[in-house]
Amino acid sequence: MEDKRPWTFYAFAAFFTLFVLFLYGPMIVIYILSFQGPNGGMTFPLNGVSLHWFEALISQTRVGDIAGAFHRSIGLAVLVALITVSVSVLAGLGFRRRFRGSAFAFYFAIASLIMPGLFVGLGIALTFRLLGLETNWYLSGLGAQLTWTLPFGLLIMFAVLGRFNRSYEEAATDLGATSWQRVKEVTLPMLLPGIIGVALFGFTLSYDELARTALTAGSENTLPLEIWAMTTNVTSPTLYAVGAVTTIVSFLVISIALGSIAFIQRRRALGIRQESLAATE
Amino acid sequence: MTVIDPTAGDLAASSVSVPDAEVEHAVDTGEVASWLQVTPLMILLTLFFGLPMLVVLAVSFFDFDRTDIIPAFIFDNYIDLFRSEVTLRLYLSSLKFAAIVWAVTLILGFNIAYFLVFHVRSLLWQIGLFLVCTVPFLTSNIIRMISWIPFLGRNGIFNQALERAGVISHPLEFLLFSDFAVVVAYVHLFTLFMVVPIFNSMARIDKSLLEAARDAGAGRFRVVAEIVLPLSKTGIALGTIFVVTLVMGDSFVVRTMSGGQSASVVSALQNEVAALQYPPAAASAIIMVIIVTLMVAGILRLVDVRKELAG
Repeated sequence: MEDKRPWTFYAFAAFFTLFVLFLYGPMIVIYILSFQGPNGGMTFPLNGVSLHWFEALISQTRVGDIAGAFHRSIGLAVLVALITVSVSVLAGLGFRRRFRGSAFAFYFAIASLIMPGLFVGLGIALTFRLLGLETNWYLSGLGAQLTWTLPFGLLIMFAVLGRFNRSYEEAATDLGATSWQRVKEVTLPMLLPGIIGVALFGFTLSYDELARTALTAGSENTLPLEIWAMTTNVTSPTLYAVGAVTTIVSFLVISIALGSIAFIQRRRALGIRQESLAATE
Repeated sequence: MTVIDPTAGDLAASSVSVPDAEVEHAVDTGEVASWLQVTPLMILLTLFFGLPMLVVLAVSFFDFDRTDIIPAFIFDNYIDLFRSEVTLRLYLSSLKFAAIVWAVTLILGFNIAYFLVFHVRSLLWQIGLFLVCTVPFLTSNIIRMISWIPFLGRNGIFNQALERAGVISHPLEFLLFSDFAVVVAYVHLFTLFMVVPIFNSMARIDKSLLEAARDAGAGRFRVVAEIVLPLSKTGIALGTIFVVTLVMGDSFVVRTMSGGQSASVVSALQNEVAALQYPPAAASAIIMVIIVTLMVAGILRLVDVRKELAG
C-alpha cells in the first residue's frame, strides 16, 4: 500500500476535472439559458428568469410538431430497446462458442456498427423506393436504428459475458436442470444487470439517433429530426428549452436503469451475506 | 425427472429444445445452438444493413433524370466522381478533420483512461468517475453540439470573458462557425469512444508488471512508454476505428458547426440526396466505404481486435 500519492496524481486529477468541465459545462449553460426571460437572447446575459421558452415549446405550432415527435421517439426507443435486448442477448450467448462462420458473423455486425449512418439510411430508403414502399419511422426507421443498436448491444454482451462464471451453469446442469430451466433460473438472472445496460443503450441510442433516421423516418419526424430542423430555422432559446426537456428524459431513463442495477447488486450482496450467516449458524 | 445427457451441456444457455435422441446423434449440437442463437441478429442485419448496402452498390451504376432513378449499368457516376476536382478537396477536408480529432481524442482518452485505471484506487470511485464520462454520451448529440453556440459565438461566453479580462479588444471571429468549432464539437462528442476501449485494455494490465518495472529502475515515463502503451494497443486500435469512422461518416456536425462553410464527403453526399440525385450519391458512398474499409483493415492488420473483444 502506497501511503503518499505521487505529484502526477494531482496533475491527472486536475486534467480529469478540466475534461469533466469540458463535457458538462456547455450543457449546463444551455439549461440555464433555457430559463432566459421573454426578451432574452441566445447567450448571456440572462434577461430575467422565466418559463417563457418552455411555454413557447408547448403552445407554438410554428416550431413544428414537437409533441408528436416526442411521442414517436419514445415509442420507437421502447421498441428498439425491446428488440435489442432479446436479439443481442441471445446472440451474445451464441458467440460464447466458436462456430463455423462466427468470425464472419462478428465482422458483419461490426461493419454494421461502424458504417456511416447516413449510408445505411440511404440504402434502406433506396430499397424501400425500389420495392415501391413508403418509408416510415416504425419500419424503415426502426430497422435503420437496429443496425446500430444491435451490434452495440452485442459488444456490451461480450463485456458482460467476459466476466460471467460459467461454473454456475454447469452446477445447474449437474443438479438436473433442463437447458431452459438453466437459462431461466441461472443465466438470465445472473446477467440481469448487463441486460438492463443493453436496454439502456438500446433506448438512448434510438432516442437520440439522427444520421440513420434522417432518410428513413418518412413523413413523420422523430424528435432528433425535429430538433435538427429547429437548429436551422429557430434562433430563440426555444432550442435550449427543447434541449433541456429531452436531456431530462435521458437522465430519467439513465437513473432508472442505474438505480435498478444498483438495487439488484445490493440485494444480491445482502443475500450472499445472509446465506453465509445461515451457514455459520 | 430424467437425468440429462452430458452432451446436452454443450447446448449451454440454449432455449432451443432438441429431442434427446437427436442430441446423442448430432455431430456438434453446440454449434447448432450457436447458429440458432445468432440467427435473429443475422436476419435483421441482412435485411436492414446487408441488403440495403447491396442496393446502394447497384444504384451506383444506375442512370437518373430530374425526378427518378433509371435501372442501368453505367460507370458515369464513378467517372464523374473521379473527374471532379471537388472530390479530392472533400476527401482532404474529411481526412484533415479525422486526423486532428483522432490525435486530440487519443491524447485525451489515453490520459483519462490512465488516470482512472492507475490513479483511482477505490473501485467505487472508479465506477463513479467512469459513469461521469459515460452519461453525456447517453444524451442527445445535437443538443451537446449546439450547446457550444452560446460559448463560442461572437458575443459568447469566451469572448465576453476574454474582453472583460482585457486580453482582446475585439471579439474573436474564428471561434464559432469555423473548422475550430467543428473540431471542438467532434472532440466533445467522440472522446468517450477512445476512453472506453483504452480503459478496458488498461484494466486488464497486471499491476505487478508496473511494480516490477519500477523496482527494476524504470522511471514513470518509461513504464508508460514500454509497458502501458504496448499493452493498451488493442484499445487504442478500437478507439481509433470508432473515432475515424465517426468523423469520416459525419455530415451533421460539420454542417452546423462550420455554419455551412466547410464540407465533408458525407455532407456533399447529403446535398445530392436532397437534390434526389441518388446514383451519384450512391457511387460516392461506395467509394467512401472502400476507403474507410481499407483504413479499418489496415488497423486490424496491426492489432487483433477480435481477441480483445471476444476473449
